[in-house]
Amino acid sequence: MDLLRFSTAGSVDDGKSTLIGRLLHDTASICVDQYAAVVQASRSLGEDEVNLALVTDGLRAEREQKITIDVAHRYFRTARRRFIIADTPGHVQYTRNMVTGASTADLIVVVMDATRGLLTQTRRHAFLASLLGIPQMVLAVNKMDLVGYAQEPYDRIVTEFAAFANKLTIRNVSCVPVCARIGDNIVERSTRMPWYQGGPLLHLLETASAGARANTIDFRFPVQMVIRPGASFRGYAGTIASGTVSTGEEVMVLPSRLTTRIKSIAAADGATDAAAAGRAVVVTITDEIDVSRGDMLVRPGNIPDAASAVDAYLCWMDAEPLAVDKTYLLAHTTRRVQAMVTNLAYQIDVDTLHRRPAATLGMNEIGRATVVTAAPLFIDSYRLNGTTGSFVLVDPQSNATVAAGMIRGRASAASTAAAGEPAGNAPLALEPQPADRRRRAVVWLTGLSGSGKTTIARLAQARLLAETERTVLLDGDELRQGLCRDLGFSAEDRAENVRRAAEVARLFLLHGADIVLCTFISPYRRDRDYVRSLFPPETFIEVFIKADIATCRARDPKGLYARADAGGLPQFTGISDPYEEPTHAALTLDTTLLSAEAAAAVLHDFLRQQLSRRVR
Amino acid sequence: MSKNGASGRERVNTVTDVHIVSREADASSVSGEECVNVADVLHTHLRVLEDEAIHIIREALAQFERAAILFSGGKDSVVLAWLARKAVSPAKLTVPLLHIDTGHNFPETLRFRDAFARELNVPLLVRLVQDTIDRGRAADETGVRATRNALQTVTLLDAIQELRLDAALGGARRDEEKARAKERIFSHRNAFGEWEPKQQRPELWGLYNGRKNAGEHFRVFPLSNWTELDVWQYVAREHIQLPELYFAHDREVFERDGMLLAVSDHVRLDTDERPVRRRVRFRTIGDATCTGALCSDAATTHQVVAEIAAARVTERGGRADDRRSETSMEDRKRQGYF
Repeated sequence: MDLLRFSTAGSVDDGKSTLIGRLLHDTASICVDQYAAVVQASRSLGEDEVNLALVTDGLRAEREQKITIDVAHRYFRTARRRFIIADTPGHVQYTRNMVTGASTADLIVVVMDATRGLLTQTRRHAFLASLLGIPQMVLAVNKMDLVGYAQEPYDRIVTEFAAFANKLTIRNVSCVPVCARIGDNIVERSTRMPWYQGGPLLHLLETASAGARANTIDFRFPVQMVIRPGASFRGYAGTIASGTVSTGEEVMVLPSRLTTRIKSIAAADGATDAAAAGRAVVVTITDEIDVSRGDMLVRPGNIPDAASAVDAYLCWMDAEPLAVDKTYLLAHTTRRVQAMVTNLAYQIDVDTLHRRPAATLGMNEIGRATVVTAAPLFIDSYRLNGTTGSFVLVDPQSNATVAAGMIRGRASAASTAAAGEPAGNAPLALEPQPADRRRRAVVWLTGLSGSGKTTIARLAQARLLAETERTVLLDGDELRQGLCRDLGFSAEDRAENVRRAAEVARLFLLHGADIVLCTFISPYRRDRDYVRSLFPPETFIEVFIKADIATCRARDPKGLYARADAGGLPQFTGISDPYEEPTHAALTLDTTLLSAEAAAAVLHDFLRQQLSRRVR
Repeated sequence: MSKNGASGRERVNTVTDVHIVSREADASSVSGEECVNVADVLHTHLRVLEDEAIHIIREALAQFERAAILFSGGKDSVVLAWLARKAVSPAKLTVPLLHIDTGHNFPETLRFRDAFARELNVPLLVRLVQDTIDRGRAADETGVRATRNALQTVTLLDAIQELRLDAALGGARRDEEKARAKERIFSHRNAFGEWEPKQQRPELWGLYNGRKNAGEHFRVFPLSNWTELDVWQYVAREHIQLPELYFAHDREVFERDGMLLAVSDHVRLDTDERPVRRRVRFRTIGDATCTGALCSDAATTHQVVAEIAAARVTERGGRADDRRSETSMEDRKRQGYF
């Protein structure tokens, strides 16, 4: 038996509480005494029939006002599955509760009224579900009895909704016509709507994917507490946010960036060799490294972005509106840091999805903002990782949780621009670097075909990745297979090839890469100089991979020299087309003297030195 | 098959104590053993709930300086203490168990409470409602239906103040009652110990906000998302010992308001109430004055699991304290009840 968490959205007028009550009732999840209480409460409210909505409305004010105020959690099970329902209010003033209830849901059931068609609030619910990254949605078109169980109004709503849902990022949307009051298509298939071919709501819930949000790739382990029963044992307790970990595996500790290996893993049910996302574990490591609450264990080759300025959607949840430049406390995984909202790019009208400039955000309003933190956070985008991509803001005076944040990424010059427009083709303006950030570099390896550019770059990349430099390799041959497929080897086409490569490198840097290794023959000096002109002076590093034509011809890894010699490849550099050696390369690696490994080691050391020198 | 089951149990039980013998040791049925093993494989939801609870407990222990576990000897608080010990393992659990003793408890519960604390090797703090009454801070209800249920709140809040607790971990579950269904996992209490349902902080993802001012405290509910059946399935999986009141036994009971109450020194029988001997067990073990028994032959954990899976009455249906009004739990919680 597995567990599905789902949330519900819709207002009392749509019959959401009734739908949940019906779901519980028809799955025999309401007990006799509970039902008796509901019958009695219905009677005392002067209602003719048993109001199943009363099953979920718990607080006195909710019963008095006949509305749902707060998130209520309900539990039921069928033979297949155990369910947790976060029943969230749909009124506009309670958006914050919907966000709360939906934050961990695998699926959302959006309830709407068939007689009223697609309303603003249904769009709002769908948008919020999309923003919160809920992977699956069921649109329950309720009160089908009031439209005569007819297919036409249902189809109209579904078509209209599908057009809207296209703008969203929810991957999996199902629709079901229901009548919650009577029980059509809730647990059993209704006989009143033979035109509907799908399963009832419960069937959709039982077959939806549980744990669809889990990121199984990127290992992230925020340390919750240090467990130290005595001098001989030091364990780090926490819940694996994503990915998997095994004993013996190399891990890196953030923020110290020190690496070590996993010695042991203990889960609630005992020692284990491996554990995956969601497990609460205690790990020990092989080295004596200082690790404390708020630190994170990751894999050296796959580290989150270290950012002191994040670009995020904020959902404001407090009566006191957002104050730009006020100090809040930010809670991200197990880290707590001081933070400030420095720039509110725009507010999103949740009804139209339009963006509009705003000076602040009030309760239940959503906007996109830059949040600057006193110490770096180790972030992933919320889309990829619900744990390392989310945070809340806490007001230090009232201690209230005032905002929920969904991270898009590190705040960059482009993403914080008021209009959110890309920076265009101007020379790359790197945003001011937080103190912890090292300089970035485009490392341009130029040289003849067969000189060893790609081999050296790959080896250097592996070394850099192991040190958590986010290193991208742009290889000339690979670009020519796709992006530059339309280009030949004329001087013009070569120039265009190099230009495109430089632009791609620029984008990688703009969006968070530390080092972009580019391996292009790039035979013409003026093309390489053009690339240099696109970057700030210290950012572009030209590396000449030197080898004479005889050596390259002897290596001929791709058989190209043989073809060129046979006349099959016109404009082949070094044979039928010139190669202009660099005059001011930052580093020259002669591969007739150095092995590829040795050249990579020299390049790696050179880059380390260059990059570290430039930090201060 | 049975050999595997036995070694599995041994492994789990070594952590506690050999004196605490699982209920299953008495059960002769082999099918019960097999049932455990199959259930362990199929019940991934228990693993999810267990991991979530441990995450919450660790978060509480990391965020608060002076926490205590509210412990009644009932199954939920036993499971909570069990999970708390796992959360800090292999370190020792140093967080004390705090029992608010109404003086109306079943003697079996108190005996179990003391044995459990001793075997877990954790400090047990007991605060008595009688002391609160003697100090004039509360007065007993009068009449035949008098209970000390509401009075516990005063003793509890006094204890929190006296011990300068900043967090009290409780075994309350959201499925128990409709006001609890709306309560946060980290639930703030103001300086008067009151719960303010309309001021609750949004609680998102696994992020729990335990910030507070001096004099305020938090109640933390790691079992929020568990149901009664989950608790019992977990008790079965982990071979956790519980007070014998939870299992079928013969007892003098009498009927009142459709409930079977135990005959004890703490209840006065009305003139028309006649004691009878029945085979019963208790689903909850609160005060003898307000906890109803049910007729049952479920004598082992697995028989209880089966009985609860088929039950059509809620757990608290047998609690007179919840029957007083539609919103009696909400009202008590607002004032600082568990």
